[in-house]
Amino acid sequence: MPVAITLTVNGETLTRLVEPRETLADFLRRDLELTGTHTGCEMGVCGACLVMLDGLPAHACLMFAVQADGTRVETVEGLTGSAALADLQRAFHERNALQCGFCTPGMLISAEGLLARKAMPSREEIRDALSGNYCRCTGYEAIVDAIETVARRRAAGEAALPFAEEPA
Amino acid sequence: MPALALRLQAPERLIDIAHIPDLRGIDLRDGWLRLGALTRHAEAHDHPLIAAHAPLLALAAPHVAHPAIRNRGTLGGSVALADPASEFPAMMLAMGAEMEIAGLQGTRRVPADEFFQDLYQTALEPGELLVALHVPAAGPQHRCAFDEIARRRGDYALVGCGVMLTAPAREVESARIAFFSVGPTPIRALAAEAALTGRRLDGEAIRLAQAALSQDLDPPDDEQVPAAMRLHLARVLIGRLLGRIAEGP
Repeated sequence: MPVAITLTVNGETLTRLVEPRETLADFLRRDLELTGTHTGCEMGVCGACLVMLDGLPAHACLMFAVQADGTRVETVEGLTGSAALADLQRAFHERNALQCGFCTPGMLISAEGLLARKAMPSREEIRDALSGNYCRCTGYEAIVDAIETVARRRAAGEAALPFAEEPA
Repeated sequence: MPALALRLQAPERLIDIAHIPDLRGIDLRDGWLRLGALTRHAEAHDHPLIAAHAPLLALAAPHVAHPAIRNRGTLGGSVALADPASEFPAMMLAMGAEMEIAGLQGTRRVPADEFFQDLYQTALEPGELLVALHVPAAGPQHRCAFDEIARRRGDYALVGCGVMLTAPAREVESARIAFFSVGPTPIRALAAEAALTGRRLDGEAIRLAQAALSQDLDPPDDEQVPAAMRLHLARVLIGRLLGRIAEGP
């Protein structure tokens, strides 16, 4: 039997009926069409489904949508729209820290979670923070470089330039 | 949740206990630290009372899964599931913790030594709920160390261990040592504990404890590593941990 939940997604408060068995990841993707949250392993290993739940990274595949009742969820779409990730996205782009891009939303959420907790992490700490994010194309070196660059830029007080796609 | 996602479990009913306030909270009373079952892994990482009085949990927390899992995972959930490769159940054993269990007949407390019974099998009866973990508060007379050997950070450990020594002076008054990933449950190394008790913690004592592990552990062969290698890694690990304590801060 569907259950009514009320939550804030990317700044917008909404009420929806959800099946108790539906995961938060499926709810975001199917019901709200926020397909930036990717489903990879669907068992909490690959990190592609990470979202910010009340400000902290969490696996959308490891909780039911009903458990998100009353919470504040931010997906990669919301964090892109508010430009919160703009400098990270730019640095990923500059450093070629993605190829297929499947893991990237989760990488960005983990990176943002780390930098919120620790402004100037060591490379070792960055690697540790990414230990639950699988990338199968680029390897991690470029991703670690990009996050390190952003930590330095933020510490230097550099304003994030808006990230714009290059014309084809 | 992974067990549900993989369709390994299909419960008829699932009850969300996340909003029961009595299952939260961390307080120190009469020499015991009471940790509500819903205490998050990330709190074990950061909470000042845990750092001061249950340092083994704080040492183990960074090794439990990954940061995003630690934001959601709970101590009670980990202990009640009793995965033999998990850090926190073994630390309950090493700390001599007691589990507070609520049921229709009231509440009861079960020592960690009796709580973990077999693979994923605990003293919890149907209809019972783990509500809190009680940890004897550690003080300056205690020395502890934790580590694990895993192929990659965040992976399940090949072998892991927590050591808790009562050693107000140079001699070890008593010891509790618990291993994980070496059998169907977290396992106390009683022979190694006995080898240390009443001795000064020096190279000879550490060698005796390492040798005693063959009486304590009988790890299975599996697809990851053969039994003999797991036992070898356990000896290496206990040597490192006791060495770390002997060197002292």
